[in-house]
This record gives sequence, structure tokens and C-alpha cells, in this order.
Amino acid sequence: MKQSGNILFTGVGGQGILLASELTAYAQLAAGYDVKKSEVHGMAQRGGSVVAHLKYGERVYSPLIEPGTADIQVAFEELEAVRYLPYLHRDSAVVVNTQRILPPAVATGRASYPDNILEELRARHIHVVAVDAFAVAREIGEIRTANVVMVGAMSNFLAVSPGIFLDVIDQRMKKGFRKVNRKAFAAGRDLVYASRRHDKKR
Amino acid sequence: MKVSVTKTDRLWLSGNEAIALGAWEAGVQVASGYPGTPSTEILENLCSYEGVYTEWAPNEKVALEVALGASFAGVRALATMKHVGLNVASDPLFTASYTGVRGGLVVITADDPEMHSSQNEQDNRNYAFAAKLPMFEPSDPAEAREMLARAFEVSERYDTPVLFRITTRIAHVKGVVATGKRIGLAEASMEKVPGKFVMLPGPARTRRAAIEQRMTDLRELAETLGENRIEPGATARAFITAGTSYNYVKEAFPEAAVLKLGMVWPLPGEKIRDFAAGVDELIVVEELDPFLETHIKAMGVPCRGKDLIPSRGELNSFIVRQAIEPDKVGELFDPIELPMRPPNMCAGCPHRGLFYCLSRMKDVFVSGDIGCYTLAALPPLSAMDACVCMGASIGMAHGMAKALGEKGKGRIVAVIGDSTFIHSGITGLINSVYNDSYSLVIILDNRITAMTGHQHNPASGANIKGEPAQAVNLEKLCRAIGVKRVTVVNPHDIEATGKVLKKEIARGKTSVVISRAPCVLLPSEVKRKKPVYRTVTENCTGCMACIRIGCPAISWHPLTPEEAVERGYRSKQKGFSMITEVLCNGCGQCAALCKFDAITAVEDEG
Repeated sequence: MKQSGNILFTGVGGQGILLASELTAYAQLAAGYDVKKSEVHGMAQRGGSVVAHLKYGERVYSPLIEPGTADIQVAFEELEAVRYLPYLHRDSAVVVNTQRILPPAVATGRASYPDNILEELRARHIHVVAVDAFAVAREIGEIRTANVVMVGAMSNFLAVSPGIFLDVIDQRMKKGFRKVNRKAFAAGRDLVYASRRHDKKR
Repeated sequence: MKVSVTKTDRLWLSGNEAIALGAWEAGVQVASGYPGTPSTEILENLCSYEGVYTEWAPNEKVALEVALGASFAGVRALATMKHVGLNVASDPLFTASYTGVRGGLVVITADDPEMHSSQNEQDNRNYAFAAKLPMFEPSDPAEAREMLARAFEVSERYDTPVLFRITTRIAHVKGVVATGKRIGLAEASMEKVPGKFVMLPGPARTRRAAIEQRMTDLRELAETLGENRIEPGATARAFITAGTSYNYVKEAFPEAAVLKLGMVWPLPGEKIRDFAAGVDELIVVEELDPFLETHIKAMGVPCRGKDLIPSRGELNSFIVRQAIEPDKVGELFDPIELPMRPPNMCAGCPHRGLFYCLSRMKDVFVSGDIGCYTLAALPPLSAMDACVCMGASIGMAHGMAKALGEKGKGRIVAVIGDSTFIHSGITGLINSVYNDSYSLVIILDNRITAMTGHQHNPASGANIKGEPAQAVNLEKLCRAIGVKRVTVVNPHDIEATGKVLKKEIARGKTSVVISRAPCVLLPSEVKRKKPVYRTVTENCTGCMACIRIGCPAISWHPLTPEEAVERGYRSKQKGFSMITEVLCNGCGQCAALCKFDAITAVEDEG
């Protein structure tokens, strides 16, 4: 089992990034790792670009991922998937929700949303897994589970077994939401047949 | 909230949650604070514990005075605030250093290096030096909890308030935290000790001498304190560090010897000298000011520090490694230039209507204040021309009015939120009336302290636990101060608001407009049935009137002449606007601005 790793969660304030990172962290804790997570509250949350750092290992000191060392990025929005490029390395995996939320300058006609932005990642040989998490969540019947679909997709790149994630969903979520979120996790996980090459490294 | 990790005695908590836990365990009985990122969640969590009184104070000065009073009554007390809040509380702080305590007193200052959610990144370790107080600084949530217990012990043993500094990367970092039992509580009692509590010049001179003795004693304690520990390692290059910087040193140079300081003031001179004597190169790694470095150099100990390590912004292990061994840093992907995504006022935010009106008054100087509404300074509204600190808007507007005289008449507005007005705007308003100003003061009353995540305040009608409480009547308060004209407007009604503003701003006296509508994120507002607005795209002429309010639910879709014709528009039309219905909160501000019936209300189907 991999000894340590860094997962970056990125997106736009209000997209459910904190819940996704919490679930992942609790799964890593249940798997026996030390886990630290860092996030920013306050003004930054008002619809702005949001990032959470999650680090796991035998003993984690710094709560911040170093540039060039994020093994996985879970991006909830396409532009945000690319904004934190300096944190990635050539073997990073990026699980990205194919949603576009227009930044203010674009929404007000002062700039344009770049086309094919994910190509910027692929051109650098970064492994990109594009997921339409909303479509999956809609099929399940609960649009608000899109973030758990993303966690499911991302889980393919971790050594933690899916059973642990499902346990965490049961422990952490209110009764009425457990079943649908378990479904969302499983659906997200099935979307990706990852090589797990990331766990074999290091 | 309190969730077990693997064993029942270990939790996974944020630094602020860990501090609340630590405060409860340490037997804190009274805690007061003012919300401010990154400190807010300490009291928000502590208020859910049994057997501790908690409150939101109107400002940090009051919060510290409340905690000091509780300490005078013999119980352990806590005051919490963000770094700039300590500026407000610095008046009682400097003299509480003289009085000392009865029950333990700890003041938490949550600093914000990098200014994630602040107007400056001052380093509050300087307060420990200036106020002659001990200061602790933990490195992570687990340490925050443990160290808080030590801080209370030191407070009582050395008869001193204790400063406890955290930063964003402690407050909002989650980590594994051990738990313990609550200690036995002190019995509150009244005791008159004028020589200690009444700081007339005479007793103050006596206490001044006591402070010198206390700091000498604390320097001695620093030598043996477990929180100031040497971690053995390679001595070719060794480090002195504290706070979150310690984590970065451990990751960047895991093999090196480290002197980790948990108490960052006063410093253990002997320990530092001994450590320095046993190493070849000594580097001090700290965020922001060269605080440790300056005082270590003043001891005559040679070291490096800010000649290598940046003194602006946050550090991380990469920055520390790069600063010290630039050759050993691998190559990184360069960032790609992308449209920025700054924070924005929410869809349906009442502030937007008010600031839209101000944005149409190009000749007016808007003296602003601290809150969500400060975001109105950003385009497309660009409707704020100054923002300095809590409450400053009113005084600055008055000062400009006095400087500009006739030239400024009808051109100066102060804008301040309800909680900020209570915090420190009231005295400014008294000054404006007393000294016969002519600026218009707009109070943005959204019924809550919104920016920090919906904390109640003295004007909101509820206390920290959400229980009913007396609410300040802002209209009556302003009238009692002597404001002759107090007008209440609904900022969602842009037309009416604009008219009132024009009229009031032209008046040659200080008048107040209260812009009143609840924050759209308040649970009562979220539940309220509202219409949803929809774009009738065929009616859109591309005039961009709705775009200019900068609502995140409205977006502009550019068109080429061919595309325009294809959609049935005139070829000259540059694009059309569109409401994202799932994001719309139904305020209707945009509909009032559309002259072409391209925005209509539909019944909420949800």
C-alpha cells in the first residue's frame, strides 16, 4: 500500500468540495493513515476559486501540498482543473467534472472562457479523467450527489478499498441520504477503470 | 461535530474545533469574542459545550474586557479574535498586562498571513513584545489543544494574560487530536484588590515593576518548558522555528536538528545560545516578520533568516526548500493565464441593488467598510473607493467632507454593514453629527454578520446560541445620536433606492439611509418561496443593463454578426444575456433594469 500521497480538491465556492474532501479524509483515516487537510474560509468562499489540500501518510507535518507533488486533483470545474497546474506533476491524475462555471470577467463579457482547456493538461501528459458528474447524479435521481460521484471516480486512484468509503458514507451522512450517496459513489467508481499506476509508484 | 477516528479518545478536528475542545477541557467558564476569519469557529464550537458561558461581543475590545472581568471574578476566561481584532482590543490588553489575572486569561489572536480574508497581514507576535506578555504558538490542531491547557497554567502561575497565536493554517487545518477530561472548575468569587485592579498611576507603577519580575521569571520558565524542545539531527544546517513554519522545516529538511519554540515570547536565551553553539549554520524559519530572528540576533547569536526566507505571505515546504537550496528544487509546470475567479456577492444579495445605485453616481466617493459588501469594489460594480478597517467608513467620509468643504457637498457617502456599524461605526456617526458633517451614511442592514458565516450580533435579535435577545433599533439609535433624517429603503427596489439616495446625498447635513433586506443565505430566506427569473432571449437586445449588476446567475453570451442573424437578432447585436435559473435567488433586481421585457418571473417549481 502506498505510504503517502497528496490530493488537491479544486472548484468554485458552493460546489460541495468540502464534503468531498471530508469523505476522502475519513476514508484515509479509517484505512490507518495520519491525515491533514487545509482549506480557506471567509471571503474566499463567496463564489471564488476554492482549493482544499489533503495529505495522508504515516505522519503528516505540513498541511499544504507542495507545488509539483499533487498525485491526484479532483476538480469540480474545468477552468479550476487547470488553474492549479503548478501543483501537478507528470504522473498526476486529474479527475475533472465537465462543468463550466463562468468567472465574473467572462459572465460580464470582458473575457472569454478558453476552449478545450483540458487539452492543456493532456498536452503535458497528465492523466485526465473527465466525468459528467451531474449527468450521473441526475440519473441516480439526486443532483446534489454530484460531489460523491466525483469521490467515487477518484477512489480508483487510491489504495483504500471502496468498502471503507461506503462505511464512511454510512457513518457520516444522515440516514435519508446514505443510500443515494452509496449509489453515487458506486456509479462514480464504475466510470473509471484506472490502472492504479499511482499506487504502485513510490 | 465530535466524530471519533479510530479510537474514542481521538478526533479529527480543525484547529478551531481543537481550541474549543481544549478550552472546555481547561475549565474555561466565560468566553467572549467577535467573529473574524480565521478565528470564528472557536466560539461557534465552544457554545455547544455544557458548562461554559459564551457570547458574541459587539467588538474585540468589549470581548477582552468581558474575559478580563471573568478572570477578576476568579474563573478561567477566553477571548477570541482575528489579528486586526487585537488592534481594537489592544487598549485593555496593554493594561491587563499590568493588572494580571485571578482566573487564567488567554487571548487568542488568529493571524492571516497571505490575507486570504483580511485587509492586512500584520504579525501579532509583536504584541507579545510590546505588551510584555507571554505568547504561545502551536503548529497543528493537536498541539493547539494541548498548548492551550499549558497557556492557562502559565497565566495563573505567573499572574498574566497569555496571548495565543494561531494562523489560518492552524485554524482551518484538520488533523488528528487527542481528547481528555475536563479539569475541576474554580469557584467564582468577588475580591477587591485595588493595588492590582485599579490602575491609577500609583498602583500602576508598582505593577510595572511586577511585570519586569514576571518577564524575568517567564524567561527562566522558557528554558525548561517542554513546548520549547530540541529535536536532534544533523548540525551542519540547523533550524529555529515555530508555528506552522515548523511543519515546513520538517518536510523540507527532515534530517536537520531543530529547536522548536512553542512559547514564542519571551525567548529562552540560554537554550538558543547552546543550540546555536552546537551547529554550523543556524537558520530561523518564520512567517511574516523577522520576530524570532531579530530577538535572537539581539542576544548576539549569529543566524540567517529573512535574508533567505520571504517575509511576505504564507510559507510552505517548497518555499522553504527553494529559499535555502535553490538548486535542489525540481522544475514545475508554469501556470497558464486564465480568467481570474475572485469571490463575488451571491445571486440575490441585497447589497447588489444598493451598490448598483451607487455605481451610477460616478461623481460620488464611496467610503467603504469591512464585510461581504466590500466585494462591491470589484468590477462590474466598482462602487467602493476606500476600505481600511472596521468602522472606518464614517470617520473617513467625515474627514474628506471637512477637507473638501463646498467641493465635496453631495459627493461623499459612507457605507457600512449592520454588524460593523455596531462594532465601531456608532462613535464615528456621533462624531459626524457632533462636528456638523454633511456626508450620507448608509447602513447595510442584512440582519446578520454574513461574511464570517452568519453570526448573530446585537442588532439581529438573537444570541450566539440563536436564542432570542434584545435587538438594537438602528433607526432609534441614529435619531438618539442626533441624526435628523433616517430613511429605510429596500435595496431590491432599485428605482426607489436610487431616488432616496439622490435626495439624501444632496442634503447638506449628516443623514442616514438604512438599506434593509435579509441576507439571501439566511435559512429563513432560503426556505421562503420566491419567483425564479427567466430570460426571454428573443426579446434581449444585448444592451447589457442586467450584466452591469454583476449577478453570478446572469451571463453574457457573445455573438458574431452571422450568429446574431441566425438567432433572429440584428447583425449589430454583440450578444445576449442569459439567466442560469438554478443559480437565481429571485431578488428581481435584474428584471427592474430590463427595458425590453426580456426578463420575466416564473413561479418557483421547486
